[in-house]
Amino acid sequence: MSGSAEEVRKHIATYKKIAAALGVGTIVTVLASYLDVSVAIGITIALVIATTKASLVANYFMHLGEERSQWLMVSLGLTAVFWLVLMLVPLLTFSDHIGVAKTLPNANANAHEMAEGEEH
Amino acid sequence: MEIPYTVAERPDTGLNNVKLGIWLFLASEVMLFGGLFSTYILLRVGAVEWPLGAEFLNIPIGTVNTVILIASSVTMVMAYASLKLGDFAKYKTYMLATVLLPVLFLCIKGYEYYEKVSHDHLPSHSTFLAIYWTMTALHGLHIIGGIVVNGYFWGPGSKMWHTKPAMFENRVEAAGLYWHFVDLVWIFLFPVLYLL
Repeated sequence: MSGSAEEVRKHIATYKKIAAALGVGTIVTVLASYLDVSVAIGITIALVIATTKASLVANYFMHLGEERSQWLMVSLGLTAVFWLVLMLVPLLTFSDHIGVAKTLPNANANAHEMAEGEEH
Repeated sequence: MEIPYTVAERPDTGLNNVKLGIWLFLASEVMLFGGLFSTYILLRVGAVEWPLGAEFLNIPIGTVNTVILIASSVTMVMAYASLKLGDFAKYKTYMLATVLLPVLFLCIKGYEYYEKVSHDHLPSHSTFLAIYWTMTALHGLHIIGGIVVNGYFWGPGSKMWHTKPAMFENRVEAAGLYWHFVDLVWIFLFPVLYLL
């Protein structure tokens, strides 16, 4: 944060609004967890709210929106890329199943019963 | 000999030494917690059954702690803004609140841990509790680190304001960046562990 006293006072007014938004976001997160939705939708809602709150903190409290250093932007961009890779690593656990035909237990039960019925 | 760029921006990065250092440190912290979040996803996807957080954890207590941590982030940024306005008395008040609020957070967390231990809900009980203890304890260590640093800048370290105000502002800004990051981690930890 830089600038005159007047600009700092403007920043303070913004901080108060962001504080209120973060409080509301927290309440909404808790209320949303009581919604009768599937686990996947529940996770999506919670993470969207958390990401919104986190971006408010980063942009306004950490003043990331005001930073003009290209060096910093590139460093944080690289960090974000590697973080994303880290989040996708668990998907590798499914890699050994790719291309392998999967048969569920009793998946052909009906077919067997029908075949037996025809024989009799 | 004076160390260069403690206050002035470096010509190569456009940042002073303090900001350069703290951002690099925070980038490494992103990867530290990222590794644990990745582990959480791996364990959860691979588990046959995964409990709802509410089965083991107290949502109202977690919500109160979230509000406390957000409040401390607000007081931190207000402390920094007070320095920018040259109001040292206000800085001291806001910084004191920034130190005391996370102490309250840790007291509440301590009560939660006590309840877990008394119900034998230890890391060995289940995979969910193992990752819960690991992530919250690591976050708790970061909270303790923040209290120590912010406490120093509220107490003995604040003397620097009277001799080198620009340098002191930079130090408080760096401590603030760290503190907001700790808040940011909790913003994700709370829904992931307590609500999902």
